[in-house]
Amino acid sequence: MTAPAIPAPPPTNQGDGATPTRPSRSGGRRNAELGLLVFAMAVVGLYAAAAEAALMGRVTLWFLGPVAALGAMFFVAHLMIRWLAPHSDPVMLPAVALINGFGVMFLRRLDIADVKEHGGTSIPVFGGQGGRQLMWSLLAIACAMLVLAIVRDHRSLSRYAYTLGLTGIVLVMIPAVLPARLASVNGAPAKLWINFGFFAIQPGEFAKVLLLVFFAYYLVRKREVLSLASKRFLGIDFPRGRDLGPVLTVWLLSLLVLVFEKDLGTSLMYFGMFVVTLYIATERVSWLIIGLLLFSGGAFSAYVLGGIIGGPFANFHQRVGIWLDPFAEPDGNGYQLVQSLLGLGTGGLFGAGPGVGHPEIVPLVESDFIFAGMGEEIGLFGLSALLVVYLLIAQRGLRAAIGVRDSFGKLFAGGLAFTLGLQVFVIVGGVSKLIPLTGQTTPFLSAGGSSLVANWALVALLLRVSDAARRPADGSASGRGGGPSAGGPVKLQELPTEMLKAGTTTRHNGDKA
Amino acid sequence: MPEIVLTVARYGFLVLLWIFVFTVVGVIRRDLFAGARSSRLVAAPRGIGPVTGGARPAKVKKGRAARQLVVTAGALAGTRITLGETPITIGRAEDCTLVITDDYSSSRHAKLVPRDGQWYVEDMGSTNGTYLDRAKVSAPTPVPLGVPIRIGRTSFELRP
Repeated sequence: MTAPAIPAPPPTNQGDGATPTRPSRSGGRRNAELGLLVFAMAVVGLYAAAAEAALMGRVTLWFLGPVAALGAMFFVAHLMIRWLAPHSDPVMLPAVALINGFGVMFLRRLDIADVKEHGGTSIPVFGGQGGRQLMWSLLAIACAMLVLAIVRDHRSLSRYAYTLGLTGIVLVMIPAVLPARLASVNGAPAKLWINFGFFAIQPGEFAKVLLLVFFAYYLVRKREVLSLASKRFLGIDFPRGRDLGPVLTVWLLSLLVLVFEKDLGTSLMYFGMFVVTLYIATERVSWLIIGLLLFSGGAFSAYVLGGIIGGPFANFHQRVGIWLDPFAEPDGNGYQLVQSLLGLGTGGLFGAGPGVGHPEIVPLVESDFIFAGMGEEIGLFGLSALLVVYLLIAQRGLRAAIGVRDSFGKLFAGGLAFTLGLQVFVIVGGVSKLIPLTGQTTPFLSAGGSSLVANWALVALLLRVSDAARRPADGSASGRGGGPSAGGPVKLQELPTEMLKAGTTTRHNGDKA
Repeated sequence: MPEIVLTVARYGFLVLLWIFVFTVVGVIRRDLFAGARSSRLVAAPRGIGPVTGGARPAKVKKGRAARQLVVTAGALAGTRITLGETPITIGRAEDCTLVITDDYSSSRHAKLVPRDGQWYVEDMGSTNGTYLDRAKVSAPTPVPLGVPIRIGRTSFELRP
């Protein structure tokens, strides 16, 4: 706990007329959610129409099919939220809906361009890549609602923390031990998949949510010892050596992922997730510094090792090489990144317009490089809007983490929100050559069922936590009703029976004993 | 399709996208700044004092017992709360006895509980912790008179 440098908020508006604004805050604001949802669908519809008009020269009303299907599903989700999580955040669902809708429509736009090239006129609603993505979206939203219905209280998850954590680790490890034939798709070097032949799932996407449950639970139990026992060095509190154990374990785990699955992004995700949860639990900056040092040290030695002995590190060495100079082999190894950068550059400030660009030139534009493909058509102006929407989603998650009262919920929601943000950073940073490119999916945007389902489940859990955070406390509602003189003493006597804290406090005491 | 329609659609879409972003921000704006304008800073008038009437307990040792809580630093500096027999909750939530608008405080941050004339401070699982003097409070701890309890940038102490 550092002494805050921020000056105290001026207590100007404390007196007159500040009290009546209370009710809208405790209310769930579901109508705002509905309005935003309609708005989001309108924006998506306009995008689809514009793309179709530019591609085909006319608007065929076919584009309304996917918009209507998505809109109907979101409406159902909205109704379910009204029922299952009435106080949850009103912004989360529309923001995610917007991005998901864009993903579907962009893939559909690729289909249309493809069909047009082969002389066709239109594609069915569920046809092509866009159609598949649409079906996955519907399934993912249904799964999210299922999660919302099953997990009625996020704290119940902590009961299964060890089981879920173990499941997560197993899921992470499966692709590493599978033969390459079964663990990768499209001949990509990264082993991230379980390939069943007709479809493949990416278990790591689910594992991140499961691992977070475990991280949060573990750190709630250990946070006292992690944050209290420390040595001060260079003005930063460093933890004791033995407390570093779990961090080193997760670090090793993530390095193993890096080595055996040949994927920097996933390894960065897991490690970043853990370090940030640790930071939220202990509010020690030293953990962030240690984490960054460990990770960059690990990545750097992997790069050096890759250059010297190759083997499992060769792929990573190559990726860093591409990142350092993509134009060294613009038609060879650097082709993907060069095309991505050219696409983004062609887009410029306002983009070529929906349907006008040529995103199909960029390899893997439907998954890894979807951001570059969209960037060509909507430009920096549109991309930054999308990024702000991502930012808002993450912010709402963090806000829920601040608002919720139990420590597990705080760590869990903070970790979930950060994970989402980190994933966007890793892939967008990779596509725009800020960091070495790794094969992460862009949440809600890229084609891919596993990613959609897992990220929608993540959103459902965030909604669940934010519902708990924004739900008005039972005591306050009744207490505020009475007059000050009559309500006071009764309320004060009710207060000590605070429901959430008892479990946490006793657990901490148990640790000490 | 005339060119003008395409151009309008292209820019209209971008503008609409940003309008969406700002609408979203507008919806959560109230929430973003909710902490700063939480209506009432102190809940003190809501009958904290000896509301239970004249039945002041006799077991409190005269002279050594804490009679009031004084906020010494923070936005609420100078606030005094007369201590009675009821526990005092401190936090950002409206229904706390001492409502502190402090970014570093949790909604229900800590509570002070009297037991046999001695007040104990207890952290209620707050994010940023409660400090008695310089030590972090992890279990119910007796509070001596005049020793500062610190929550975020607010600190207060018990006085006779």
